[in-house]
Amino acid sequence: MKLAVVNFPGSNCDMDLFYAIRDGIKQAVELVDYRATSLKGFDGVLIPGGFSYGDYLRSGAIAVHAPIVKEIIRFANEGKIVLGICNGFQILTELGLLPGALIQNEKSRFICETVDLEVENNQTIFTSHYQPKEVIKVPVAHGEGRYYCDEATLQELKENRQIIFKYKENINGSVDQIAGIANKEKNVLGMMPHPERAIEEILGSDDGLKLFQSLINPEVKVND
Amino acid sequence: MKLVKVYVTLKDSVLDAQGEAIKSAINTMGYDKISDVHMGKYFELKFASDYQELENDVDKICDDLLANPNIETYRYEITEAE
Repeated sequence: MKLAVVNFPGSNCDMDLFYAIRDGIKQAVELVDYRATSLKGFDGVLIPGGFSYGDYLRSGAIAVHAPIVKEIIRFANEGKIVLGICNGFQILTELGLLPGALIQNEKSRFICETVDLEVENNQTIFTSHYQPKEVIKVPVAHGEGRYYCDEATLQELKENRQIIFKYKENINGSVDQIAGIANKEKNVLGMMPHPERAIEEILGSDDGLKLFQSLINPEVKVND
Repeated sequence: MKLVKVYVTLKDSVLDAQGEAIKSAINTMGYDKISDVHMGKYFELKFASDYQELENDVDKICDDLLANPNIETYRYEITEAE
């Protein structure tokens, strides 16, 4: 498997993600510049955390107009792996590949800590190595991570089992404690927490590693 | 030149966390009659005076970039500029 990590001006978790793929799951990975126009030869695309374009206008709003984005949309439509973490999640919602939006945390502060997440749906290519309802420890680092969507969208997310991760404790005021959602087809995942920062015990947790392992061996092992 | 003034604000259904924090600071300053603060964004766009597609373009620019329809609404005024 060969994965692309897209590098926007202001991305700052690109090397963490690169390391998670190269050393964590030992797969081929390349950094791809935001000005590139092709993702030919890749099996999936990963959009890292950070502050693309300095979070100017709204988080992720400017990145949506970068040249590489047409290829990200193509990957999403072709059923290939698309994973957006933190700022990557914000970009995916701005793009409309995932519903809703991410806005300022309810209590006005940047949250930087390791939190408990619950795996809401383990029947996806991103989560098949987790137990149903497994509680995992993954760091968050965001000021604009409050997931918002209207009531009709929330119902749709529930009906289609698109809610993939929830916070055990609602740290930022997200609707329904949502930490990560997928598209209907479940090949596009966006999440605010950083699994790439939780791939080794020495980092405080290796609970994020199973997400990446699920990608290379997506057969659903655990019954729901 | 035409000057287009665009105002983008959060929908009423979305909690304005920044507005709330600003309101609390204003209260701390001693102004206790203030009941609500909402924060928004303001943009100025300039176009050539004789451009016919102006409103069409401004709508698209707002829909596709300046505002996020999931959480925000916008309005604009078209004025004459130097």
